[in-house]
Amino acid sequence: MGIPGSWRLRNQRLSLVGEVCHTCGNKIFPPRDVCPHCAREAQHAFQFSGRGEVYSFTTVFNPPAGFEEYAPYTVALVKLEEGPIVTAQLTDVEPERVAIGQPVEMVTRKLRDDGHAEVISYGYKFRPRITTD
Amino acid sequence: MRGVSIIGVGQTPVGEHWERSLRHLAYEAVAAAMKDAGIEGAHAMYVGNMLSGEISGQSHLGALIADFCGLRGIEAVKVEAACGSGAAAVRMGYLAVASGAHDLVICVGVEKMTDDVGSKLTAALAQAADADYEVAHGVTFVGLNALLMRRYMHEYRVRHEDFAGFAINAHANAVGNPNAMFRKAITLEDFKGADMIADPINLLDSSPMADGAAAVVLCPTEQAHAFRGKPVRIAGSALATDCLSIHDRHDPLWLQAAEDSARRAYAQADITPADVDLFELHDAFTIMSALSLEACGFAERGKGWQLAVDGEIRPSGRIPICTMGGLKARGHPVGATGVYQIVEAVLQLRGEAGACQIHNARVAMTQNIGGSGATIITHILEVQE
Ligand SMILES: [Zn+2]
Repeated sequence: MGIPGSWRLRNQRLSLVGEVCHTCGNKIFPPRDVCPHCAREAQHAFQFSGRGEVYSFTTVFNPPAGFEEYAPYTVALVKLEEGPIVTAQLTDVEPERVAIGQPVEMVTRKLRDDGHAEVISYGYKFRPRITTD
Repeated sequence: MRGVSIIGVGQTPVGEHWERSLRHLAYEAVAAAMKDAGIEGAHAMYVGNMLSGEISGQSHLGALIADFCGLRGIEAVKVEAACGSGAAAVRMGYLAVASGAHDLVICVGVEKMTDDVGSKLTAALAQAADADYEVAHGVTFVGLNALLMRRYMHEYRVRHEDFAGFAINAHANAVGNPNAMFRKAITLEDFKGADMIADPINLLDSSPMADGAAAVVLCPTEQAHAFRGKPVRIAGSALATDCLSIHDRHDPLWLQAAEDSARRAYAQADITPADVDLFELHDAFTIMSALSLEACGFAERGKGWQLAVDGEIRPSGRIPICTMGGLKARGHPVGATGVYQIVEAVLQLRGEAGACQIHNARVAMTQNIGGSGATIITHILEVQE
C-alpha cells in the first residue's frame, strides 16, 4: 500500500477508531459508513478499547509478497470486547502458547515493509493481555 | 424469462500447461464446446477469470478470447468474482439467454496460474480477500480458511482427521477422470501425515493451483433439441453475496451466500436437497465442503463432516460430491473451476461420465465460491426430456 492509502487508514490502523451506529447501537470496526446490522448510515467515530480475546488463529508459513521476512507469524481473528471481530497478527507470543479464548490487547507495530513504494506501514497487532483496568 | 439449456461442453485437462498460453487454453475449451454443440458461431461470450492481470499481465479478456476463437465482433466481456468467476460467467450467460438478449452464448472459464509461483501468486490469490483489513495483516487465502477450520473444530469438537473423507473421496473419484490433475487415490494415513501449510490445514486439505479452461454453450430450452448434443436444462441459477471478510460475517462459520443462493436455486427448480443426485461443491479446502453441505441443507449445522465420516459423499452414498475429483483432485484453476463443475455435471446427466458415472443421475447441483464465501453461485441442472 502506498502513502495515500496508509494515510487514509491511519485512524483505524494506529488507534483502532471505528464507528458506533446511532440507530441500533452496534459498534462497528472497521469503519464502513453504513451499519452492517441495520443498513442505516453510521458515521459517528468510536474509540475501541483494544481489548478482546482470540476467536481463532493460525500460523502462516508461506507469506504473501511483502511479508516474507516475518514468516512464520501468527494471524488471529480477535473478538473485541465491544463486539466486532478483527483480523490481525499476534505478537510477543510463541505460536504454541496461543489458544482460543485467550485475552489479548492491541499494540502498534510495523505491519510490513513495502519495498516498492518505500513505505513502512504501521498498524495494530495484538499481544497476550498484560495490562489490567 | 426464457428457459435456458446447455447444448455443448468442452474442457482442457487440468494441470501445468507450460506450453500453452491463457488464450490457447481458452480456445481449446471453446472449440471443444462448439464442436460438441455443432455450432460455428455465437452471439455472445462471457469469460470467467480471476488472475490474468496479475499473472499474465493481460486484462481485457472478453475481446481477446472472442477474437482468438474466431468470433471477432460479438459481445464479449470478462466476469470476475475471485474463485467464483467461472460460475459467475455462466450466470451472466444464463441471464443473457433467459432475458432474450442473445440466443447462442458461450461461457468459458480460463486460468493460467503456473507461470508464477511463490509469494507473488500467494499475494495475487489473496486479492479475493479484503485488501485493507485482511491482506494488510499478512493473512493468506489458505490462512483465512485455517482460521475458519480451527474455530469449527473448536466449536463443534471435531478432530482434524474427521475431514479426511473429503480428500479421500475426491482423489478416489479423480482416478476415473482423464482430465483430472491428480489421478491417484490417497489413504487416511496419507491425510494424517501430510505437510502442514497453515495449521490446522495441511497439504491434503487443500486443492492444488493449476492451469485449465472449460466452456459451455447455452441456448433457449425451446431451441435446444435443434442441436446435436443431448441437452441439459438449467433448472435453477442464483448468485448471492456476503461481506468480503470473514471477520465481518454475523457468523463466521455460516456461508450465508451459500444458503441464500441454494435456497433461490431450489425454489426456481422446485426441488429440495433430497432431490439432488450429485453435488459438485467448492472443496478448495476440506472445511469449505463441510460448510457448504451445511448451508445447503444436506447436513445440520456443525455436522457437515459427518457425511464424510459416514461415506455418504461417495458415489454410492446419499449425496455424492466431487464426482470427478472436485477442486481437490481434478485441480483448481481458480477462475475456470466453476465452469469445470458445470461441465462435469452435464457429463453426469448425459450419462457420459465414464468411470465416474453416478447411476441414474437426473438432477445435479453445482456451487462455486468466490473468496472465503463472499460470492456464491449455485446452479441446478436437469436432464432435458
Ligand atoms: Zn445499526
